[in-house]
Amino acid sequence: MSFLEYRLKTVPTGAAKIFYINWAVVILLIAIASAGFLMLYSVAGGRIEVWAEPQMKRFVVGMVVMFAIAFVPIWFWRNMAGLAFGISLLLLLAVDFFGSVGMGAQRWLELGPLRLQPSEMAKVTLVMLLAAYYDWLDVKKTSRPLWVLIPVVFIMVPTILVLGQPDLGTAILLMAGGAVVMFCAGVHWLYFGAVLGLGGGSVATVLMSRGTTWQLLKDYQYRRIDIFLDPGSDPLGAGYNITQAKIALGSGGWAGRGFMQGTQSRLNFLPEKQTDFIFTTLAEEFGFVGAFSLLVLYTLLLAFCIASAMQNKDRFASLVTLGIASTFFFYFSVNMLMVMGLAPVVGVPLPLVSYGGTSMIVLLAAFGVVQSAHVHRPR
Amino acid sequence: MRRTPRDTNESARKVSRRSLFLGGSMMAVIAVLGARMRQMQVEQADEFRLLAEDNRISIRLIPPARGLIYDRNGKLIAGNEQNYRIVVNRDDAGDVEDVLRRLKAILPISPEDLGRAMKEAGRRSPQPIIVADRLSWEDVSKVAINTPALPGVSPEFGLSRSYPRDTDFAHVVGYVGPVSDNDLKKLDTPDPLLQTPKFQIGKIGVETWMESTLRGQAGSQRVEVNAVGRVMRELSRQEGDAGADIRLTIDADVQNYMQTRLGEESAAAVVMDVQNGDLLAISSAPSFDPNLFVWGISYKDYAVLTENERLPLSNKAVQGAYPPGSTFKMATGLAALEAGVITTSTVINCPGYIEVSGRRFHCWKRGGHGNVMLERGYSESCDVYFYEAAMRVGIDKIAEMARRLGMGQRHDIPMSAVTDGLIPDVAWKQARYGQEWRIGDTVNASIGQGYVLTSPLQLAVMTARVATGRAVVPRLVQMIGNTTTPVTPAPSLGLNPEQLRAVQAGMYSVSNNPRGTAYSSRVVDATMQIAGKTGTSQVRNISTSERADGVISNADLPWGSRDHALFVGYAPAEAPRYAVSVVVEHGGGGSTVAAPIARDLLLRAMSDGIPPISAYPASQRNRIETMHNNMKLRDTAGNTPGSSRA
Repeated sequence: MSFLEYRLKTVPTGAAKIFYINWAVVILLIAIASAGFLMLYSVAGGRIEVWAEPQMKRFVVGMVVMFAIAFVPIWFWRNMAGLAFGISLLLLLAVDFFGSVGMGAQRWLELGPLRLQPSEMAKVTLVMLLAAYYDWLDVKKTSRPLWVLIPVVFIMVPTILVLGQPDLGTAILLMAGGAVVMFCAGVHWLYFGAVLGLGGGSVATVLMSRGTTWQLLKDYQYRRIDIFLDPGSDPLGAGYNITQAKIALGSGGWAGRGFMQGTQSRLNFLPEKQTDFIFTTLAEEFGFVGAFSLLVLYTLLLAFCIASAMQNKDRFASLVTLGIASTFFFYFSVNMLMVMGLAPVVGVPLPLVSYGGTSMIVLLAAFGVVQSAHVHRPR
Repeated sequence: MRRTPRDTNESARKVSRRSLFLGGSMMAVIAVLGARMRQMQVEQADEFRLLAEDNRISIRLIPPARGLIYDRNGKLIAGNEQNYRIVVNRDDAGDVEDVLRRLKAILPISPEDLGRAMKEAGRRSPQPIIVADRLSWEDVSKVAINTPALPGVSPEFGLSRSYPRDTDFAHVVGYVGPVSDNDLKKLDTPDPLLQTPKFQIGKIGVETWMESTLRGQAGSQRVEVNAVGRVMRELSRQEGDAGADIRLTIDADVQNYMQTRLGEESAAAVVMDVQNGDLLAISSAPSFDPNLFVWGISYKDYAVLTENERLPLSNKAVQGAYPPGSTFKMATGLAALEAGVITTSTVINCPGYIEVSGRRFHCWKRGGHGNVMLERGYSESCDVYFYEAAMRVGIDKIAEMARRLGMGQRHDIPMSAVTDGLIPDVAWKQARYGQEWRIGDTVNASIGQGYVLTSPLQLAVMTARVATGRAVVPRLVQMIGNTTTPVTPAPSLGLNPEQLRAVQAGMYSVSNNPRGTAYSSRVVDATMQIAGKTGTSQVRNISTSERADGVISNADLPWGSRDHALFVGYAPAEAPRYAVSVVVEHGGGGSTVAAPIARDLLLRAMSDGIPPISAYPASQRNRIETMHNNMKLRDTAGNTPGSSRA
């Protein structure tokens, strides 16, 4: 498919594109990010300059990037997918060699004043590459083994690099995001059944490798699995984080303890309260009402993206929208499952809310692609 | 690449179908998330709220100030002094070891303390590390000045016991010390206060017997703490009650005089008010410094105390049970008079010994006293007179009289290890040894030897009772808080007044008749004359062969085999006010060693300050004056009440 098939007359041009932007998505993004600013202000003990202000600046930059990307036709981004993915891989490799160590893993790349997390970029570029691949591929070949193997390789390369950092959370998100694009592209059910079976097998293998010479995960990752299965086993040691997170969340009750009144976060019982565990502070201070509202905002954002993808007849556009929406979904659902004690602690931030520059800008850039797909959809 | 519109439409439909499925799956997960939120935040909210409160609220005890102990005139005996300590909070210190090294440079921290603190620093605990304790204000100021270079370091202060009159009251008041595991084990439901670090609890003496009165009630403080246990703010506070102050019957200055007078002898003495039983002074020598025990005594200091053969740690005044020797003759005499087996004019011949069922019992005077009546029996302490009187009256009557006079029973005063002593009788010997009581046992008991054991406190009580004819009971605590402990007038002992007067007259002769055994320790001032009785009790058997060769004099014996010297007495003889008992372990003769001490103590009790030299016989005045000049007495001005209260 090419842009030639578009009825070009109906595709908006120039400044008029502004009217075709999916404004519901923009408003939802602003609403979610604002909740984040509020919480960052709160966990910093009422100081804006610590986390909220840098986060706001990044959000503004991210919004500019989003609009810039939205104004560029979607077919340009399709053509760029391979290059973007290539750059991501190079950056991931660079992290393995020159990256800074944080929390026991190499995740950051210092580029002058910028601090880059290439793994965040990889999540989006992988989705773009796969969408472009299925756009290019003859639909009839979609489920042929050889043509299924190629995207699997695309997924595995960054996944393995990320696992080497090691960053289990991102690896899971990469695989899940890639799988969703493959699934939506129409790859046969059986492949997913087989992968799920293999996945179960490999989980068993990973667990069995523990304590052997070929141990596949780090000790701390195994411990997290243990603690996930039984957080009470070590309430003061490694299970401390999740126990305290659950206490914060639960103690919020129906209406919460009030803005900046959350004792768990104010008194430092909460771990990493400005990043992975920020949701617990929100739940503590604004209660079920606040936490559920945020969940509704996320759900609406997803719904608008999926609706946009379903209306879009362009294969790349709809696949990339679905992929990005799914990645976004995996972000917040894994984070929430994690802090609510339903998944092991794997280190996934709450999208647009957790403090973190790369994640914020990359996500907004990704929504720029979603907007571009929306604006330039064939009519 | 080309694609037919049909293909395109079909693939788009497929994408739509699958994205619907995808959206459905996502909604399922979101539903799980929402359900979990509801479960945790609505259904289990109360549980989690409780856990959160548990996290942040910590209840801290505020230790109450321990009650103070004063003497009868309001002089401080046991006080509380400010104590400063330096603690380090791990959370704020960052590099704890570095901070400790910097602290060492400005504070006198011993290497052991530093090592302990370093070790503690390695542990994960919210409790601050106590680096140095018992610091002076200067040290604390030094730390305060250097605060910027010492993150996480803060001074704390508390109260600690101190005994300004150190050795004088070691045996009376006792001491406090850190709560030990043993202390906790003894209690069924220990006061949570005892668990607070470095809390002090009474270990012996008044401090332990009146612990509940002195301790007071802990206050409590609800504080909000952060994750590392640092106090963020106080939520509420309930003040405790300080322990009640106690006023003893002791006169601190008389006590000091007594303790100094006994010096390093292994001895004990008691001065008691014969009217109301108030113990004016009660001490045991040698003594020790109770301040050593407050923070836990070092092994070295403790070894010095335990290895001393004169047992400074034992409270001989109440705990020591000694054969009373001739001081027991008041009981024997009164029992015989009351039974009518002798009268004041009964004459008994003393040839120097008597023969009882084939055994010879000697009088202390080899040649004998000749014909002796009651008064001379006392004044010259004729043993044979009392052997005979005792055989006539029998042991059970003597024992009964001894008990009436306050011997053989535990007097209830708040001091540790108060002994019952021992007054033997027929039934006792049968129960204890399964043997029959022999007449020889009666002979021995009549002069306070054999099985008879009494403590200096019991001897003082006995003397007070003989002096007044009433059942005087010793009293140590005068006031608790603002309540005076009641004194009930002592009931009469029911003794025949004439017989009692006869015994008192005998005691008067002991000190005032030129032939009396304590004549050299007489008082010449007619208003302060003493009536008393000497005693010399053997701690070894004198064999027949030794008696034949001449009894070895005390000076030639090893210290531990010498006789105990005793004296009991009261004064003024005309209108008794104070009773005294003195026991000098292995001191030699009662008349030469114990009586002079007793005279000084009685005179001191009767006068305001050092006894007037005019009370002593002219020939002794130089010696007495020199002795008084050499005594290192505490400044009588002493501490003003409550001066060291925080």
